[in-house]
Amino acid sequence: MYITRKVEFSASHSCYNPRLSEAENRALYGEAAGSHGHGHNYVLEVTLEGEPDPVTGMVFDLKRLKEVINREVVEPMDHRFLNREVPPFDRVLPTPENLAREIWRRLEPSLRLPNARLRSVRLYETEDLFVEYSA
Amino acid sequence: MTTLTRRYRFASSHRLHSPKLSEEENCQTYGKCNNPWGHGHDYVLEVTVGGPVHPGTGRVVSPALLDGYVRENVLEAFDHRDMNRDIAAFAERVPTAENIAAVIRQMLERGWSSVFNGAVLHRIRIEETRRNSVELRNE
Repeated sequence: MYITRKVEFSASHSCYNPRLSEAENRALYGEAAGSHGHGHNYVLEVTLEGEPDPVTGMVFDLKRLKEVINREVVEPMDHRFLNREVPPFDRVLPTPENLAREIWRRLEPSLRLPNARLRSVRLYETEDLFVEYSA
Repeated sequence: MTTLTRRYRFASSHRLHSPKLSEEENCQTYGKCNNPWGHGHDYVLEVTVGGPVHPGTGRVVSPALLDGYVRENVLEAFDHRDMNRDIAAFAERVPTAENIAAVIRQMLERGWSSVFNGAVLHRIRIEETRRNSVELRNE
């Protein structure tokens, strides 16, 4: 059984790779390559997989899941400039692909139960673009 | 595994009618969708690309490259067209959402490997209305 919790956070980023030329940056990242950054209202869907606990009837306590997502993702990233304020994005480009993997890395250790585990992280950068990561 | 999904839209008309069925059977099978004059939808197409995240670019695929490829190979053929008359694949095939997804997959796969290095077409999803969707997965 899968359960999914959805949260939103707003952050700015810039996808400019200093190892590439101006033209290559434009071709790869389009307008996202502007070095001053721009922002998105990110929507994050965190999906857990597991069986309901026979006593509580829950795969995972959703209140606790909310606390973990807030602590690991929303508090450090909401209303921040990812490239400047949220490691490792001072060194790693904050593409949605890299962001989804980093979110997985932050969440996964806190979401291990005998009957449940993290299944996937889906991150919408806009309504028309999302990335899904599972390790 | 990382996948990247892009949503696209196109407006297209069709009529669901099978030459292998009688008039009555067509009417029973397809209901309102069998209207001889056809009808249209605002379709949503989701294209999902899977593959490794390139360490230099941080990307599975360039969304701009994908947009151009989908526009050229699918959207230009479908958008503001009548599928039964304007798209050869539906001369012999009923343009149900299931068949539309299969035809779009063929259109996308044709030149895929020469454009997308190492990234694979992972999934196609068509929303015909907010309540109907069809999904094809390459797994």
